[in-house]
Amino acid sequence: MRNKLSKNIFFIPYVLWIALFVIAPILLILYYSFFDIEGNLSFVNYQKFFTPVYLKMTLSSFWYAFLITAISLLVAYPTALLLTKTKHKQLWLLLIIVPSWINLLLKAYAFIGIFGTYGVANGFLEAIGIGSQQILFTDFSFIFVSVYIFIPFMILPIFNALDELNPTLLDAANDLGASRWMTFRRVIFPLTLDGVKTGCQVVFIPALSLFMLTRLIAGNRVITLGTAIEQHFLVTQDWGMGSTIAVFLIIIMFLIMFVTGNRKQGV
Amino acid sequence: MSNKLSPVSKAFLVLIFLILYAPIFFLVFYSFNSGGTMYDFKGFTMEWYKELFKDTRLLIIVLNTLVIALLSALIATIIGVIGAIGIRSFTSSKARNTVLSLNNVLIVSPDVIIGASFLILFTMAGIKLGFYSVLLSHIAFSIPIVVLLVLPKLQEMSPTLIDAARDLGASRWDVLTKVVLPYILPGIFAGFFMALTYSLDDFAVTFFVTGNGFSTLSVEIYSLARRGISLNINALSTLLFVVTLLLVIVYYFITQRVKQTGMGGKR
Repeated sequence: MRNKLSKNIFFIPYVLWIALFVIAPILLILYYSFFDIEGNLSFVNYQKFFTPVYLKMTLSSFWYAFLITAISLLVAYPTALLLTKTKHKQLWLLLIIVPSWINLLLKAYAFIGIFGTYGVANGFLEAIGIGSQQILFTDFSFIFVSVYIFIPFMILPIFNALDELNPTLLDAANDLGASRWMTFRRVIFPLTLDGVKTGCQVVFIPALSLFMLTRLIAGNRVITLGTAIEQHFLVTQDWGMGSTIAVFLIIIMFLIMFVTGNRKQGV
Repeated sequence: MSNKLSPVSKAFLVLIFLILYAPIFFLVFYSFNSGGTMYDFKGFTMEWYKELFKDTRLLIIVLNTLVIALLSALIATIIGVIGAIGIRSFTSSKARNTVLSLNNVLIVSPDVIIGASFLILFTMAGIKLGFYSVLLSHIAFSIPIVVLLVLPKLQEMSPTLIDAARDLGASRWDVLTKVVLPYILPGIFAGFFMALTYSLDDFAVTFFVTGNGFSTLSVEIYSLARRGISLNINALSTLLFVVTLLLVIVYYFITQRVKQTGMGGKR
């Protein structure tokens, strides 16, 4: 008995953390979502959420997140596949991850320079005869920079899944006369699906809530759920509406986790 | 399947690496531009670095960022290790899974939601926004990462090791400090480093809980970048890139050493 008690005392800081910083914040968000801007208890925020303005915003937020995830996957899968075939693959993987350790804001800032009116990108377009374009503050720049930022996070789980693949399966497919494309479609891809799912999860959910990029790179043209939450909390001070959007974002998050399946324990 | 990469594959990988590193080298390159813009390279200068070191306000912010990162990583590591040991000691797998899913909530939640909910939490608890609110949030979002990095080490430790220590007359405290902690040390180091980089990198959560008068680097870069290009940021990012590279190298050697010692245990 004494043994058990001392064990529990030892565990207190961690339990306190779960109660204060995991459970309480979610409950607080839920609680605040029922208050309108004057602090009266009401369902007005939920009514507002189901008006075309907010529904359209949710849809467009989804659309952007989908595009960002899909393009990241298209770039990351072949990269991960090729990386597993290099010599010193762990070192190359580390080099892929290094840019993700550079502060996100600095990378966004770099793209302001690159995509700017006189930037390198426009210089290149001039040189090949297309001529200067407005690149910064467009959908293109927003999606490009987001994909740029998320690519390492997509490559990592896919690389790990590919790395765990048993090479004898590929030999078997080869012996049985499968073409390279067949081997990929019927053996490699299905077996690395878990990595792909994890990758999509870690890209899609944050992509719904990017707000600094919409401000810096998309020039406020793109409004995601994240931008709306930030706007309501820090600019218009309408915490109730911000919380309501957050509640929906949390629900969406759980749905996505459910659809893409639970990640393996401990990952 | 051949293990040799075709020229096309090699070109693809080179392109990916170029794209990943281009913005970073772009920032570094223009930090030496005497022209003062990010498009017209006039000549080499160290002016921006000099200006950077004269800017006491910015230096204080750098110091703040470092203090927050080191303190939060240290505290998060302590609580996280306690949590991991506690989770490991659970006998029922149902309880263990419940705690683990609670542990992972902050990892999968979008930053905006963490930031907004912490803002509500601190306001309701009457904690003034500033140093302590930022520190507490950084501790809070770093703990689950530490747990996830320490837990596999604990799980790979054979329980007979503890039984043996007990049989040899070790007290609970001895078992913890002389057997368990040395064994999981690599995991603890990895957790500390991850917490450190999480804290240094975080923008969204910090942005919500800083209030006026206190700022970290990410938040400062965001407000500077919104005002436009200033090559001070380039100089700063060059220095940060060098520091990040050093951290990566340290991290790489730590993980390499873990592999070499293999069994972990006492060195």
